[in-house]
Amino acid sequence: MVDLATRPSGPVPAPAVPGPRSGRSVRLLGRVGGPGLVVTYLSLLVVLPVAALLSHALSGGLGAFWHAVSQPEAVAALKLTLWCSLAVAAFNAVAGLVIAWVLVRDDFRGKGVVNAVIDLPFALPTVVAGLTLLTLYGPDSPFHVDVANTPVGILLALAFVTLPFSVRSVQPVLAELDRETEEAAASLGATPAAVLRRVILPGLAPAMLAGAGLAFARALGEFGSVVLISGNIPFKTEVASSWIYSLSQSDDLSGAAAISVVLVATALVVLVGIGFLRRRFDISEAA
Amino acid sequence: MPHLSHATVSRKTRVATVAALLGASLAAAVAMPSVAGAAGGTVNLVAYSTPKPAYAALITAFEATPAGQGVTFAQSYGASGSQATSVVDGLPADVVNFSLAPDMQKLVKAGLVSSRWDDTPTKGMVTDSIVTFIVRKGNPKHITNWASLVKSGVRVITPNPFSSGSAKWNIMAAYGAELAQGKSKAEARNYVKELLAHTTSQPTSASNALEEFLSGEGDVLIDYEDDALYAQRKGEPISIVTPPNTILIQNPIAVTTSPSDPTAAKAFEAFLLSTAGQKIWAEQGYRPVLANVASQFRFATPKKIFTIASLGGWTKVDSTFFTPGTGTVATIEQSLGVSTAGG
Repeated sequence: MVDLATRPSGPVPAPAVPGPRSGRSVRLLGRVGGPGLVVTYLSLLVVLPVAALLSHALSGGLGAFWHAVSQPEAVAALKLTLWCSLAVAAFNAVAGLVIAWVLVRDDFRGKGVVNAVIDLPFALPTVVAGLTLLTLYGPDSPFHVDVANTPVGILLALAFVTLPFSVRSVQPVLAELDRETEEAAASLGATPAAVLRRVILPGLAPAMLAGAGLAFARALGEFGSVVLISGNIPFKTEVASSWIYSLSQSDDLSGAAAISVVLVATALVVLVGIGFLRRRFDISEAA
Repeated sequence: MPHLSHATVSRKTRVATVAALLGASLAAAVAMPSVAGAAGGTVNLVAYSTPKPAYAALITAFEATPAGQGVTFAQSYGASGSQATSVVDGLPADVVNFSLAPDMQKLVKAGLVSSRWDDTPTKGMVTDSIVTFIVRKGNPKHITNWASLVKSGVRVITPNPFSSGSAKWNIMAAYGAELAQGKSKAEARNYVKELLAHTTSQPTSASNALEEFLSGEGDVLIDYEDDALYAQRKGEPISIVTPPNTILIQNPIAVTTSPSDPTAAKAFEAFLLSTAGQKIWAEQGYRPVLANVASQFRFATPKKIFTIASLGGWTKVDSTFFTPGTGTVATIEQSLGVSTAGG
């Protein structure tokens, strides 16, 4: 500690920006430093770890990689994870829209509280969430709803942890949506369903897609909230993240990395695909 | 530098202890010579998760002995396999205590523990236990032995042996119990298959399994006796059924090759293996490894307790049964998965 303070440090750069010229320097940061900073930050945080993961996954060669991802238990876990994540992303896209709609368009007592509650799934440690879900919707359920050890339990846990993505990506766009267009459409004789389909949904679709993409990606890798309620039975309710955990515990780290690479690649493909779709929506809207 | 801070604050107040713990955990990344002086110093204890409450009692008792005066502890608990991997990856560790020997072998392979770690009077073990059954209070499903676990309608929980290294004890207990009854290896394998077909949940860890069982899941939880006794002491509504044939669980301990404070680390290990230390272990539900202490406590007495050595030892068992994808258990899970998917 003391060392640090007394150690002769290297040349200290003079304060880079004299006050009056700060406006220009901000522009400079945007033009040159900005992208550089962003790339560095992203590299350290995202690109490097993913690259390390990839090299780890391929450390045993392509054959070992293929062996790891084609094992029956891995395939079963990946399939289950994929369809559960897709289902939850689709379901929450609709549920998120409804919730966002109520929060933006309706006024009611306690709206602030409801608005805050939406983010709780992010705040709760996922293992705690899993345990809570198991208590509420497991064999001792006070509502007599027992979905433990079934794919329904997995869907429930995933729906819980991904809800904030679905609501929060739609909410601000919905708030900005031009209500005059809706009113105009209605006054010209459009039915409410037509207004929803022709006017509201096209404006919201990019945001809904973005939310669904985030929810999907999150669901793919979700572990803590799922493992308790899923029962973790191989070939039935074992999700990919749990299989990865098993491999890592069984000292098969490159196998674990290989399955992770499949998850990351799947998420990447879906997110990029959604990016394309969104652009198409934006263009068709502008046209 | 954190070294300095903890040398000056050791003993005295609790606050200081906490500070030292924090400092020590930072410090141990740097190899450093031991602190001069009779007592004091820091021990980085890395252990599997179940003995955490036992260590609270053991550390308090150790600090009251001359050798333990002023010794501060940095403790880390977690799944046995993860803990071993963390130590190999650089988690500071002076005294390590795992659930099963293969985790110690990971450290031997990495040169962090002497290959002669099991060359001690207790064969490198600090505690014993057995695999036992936890059932609902009053045993409503009339569970008495391994055969009753595979009766129709009985729902069994045992952690997934691939994610919870310590759950391997459960599988080997089931397998060995069949052999002990004169069954063939094929019949024993078949029993394991039936047992796994009766599992409604295979949690990732023993502690998750207990959580699930206590939240109402399943009829029987296969667990370690010490964990079962701990749950009972806490007043959970459970009964313990000791199967007539079961395996002896043996938990290894070692001091690493270059501990941050060899005197303190060795003194602590010696205390854990002393009569006084073993008594505390026994009070916490672990079977002592010292015969003279074991005789003072009354533990359940199954008809037969067999060892992992009688099944060929961990190295062989691990590769035959628990290799992901190809081991016996992996093959069984696969055949169960395929049969249910088809049916």
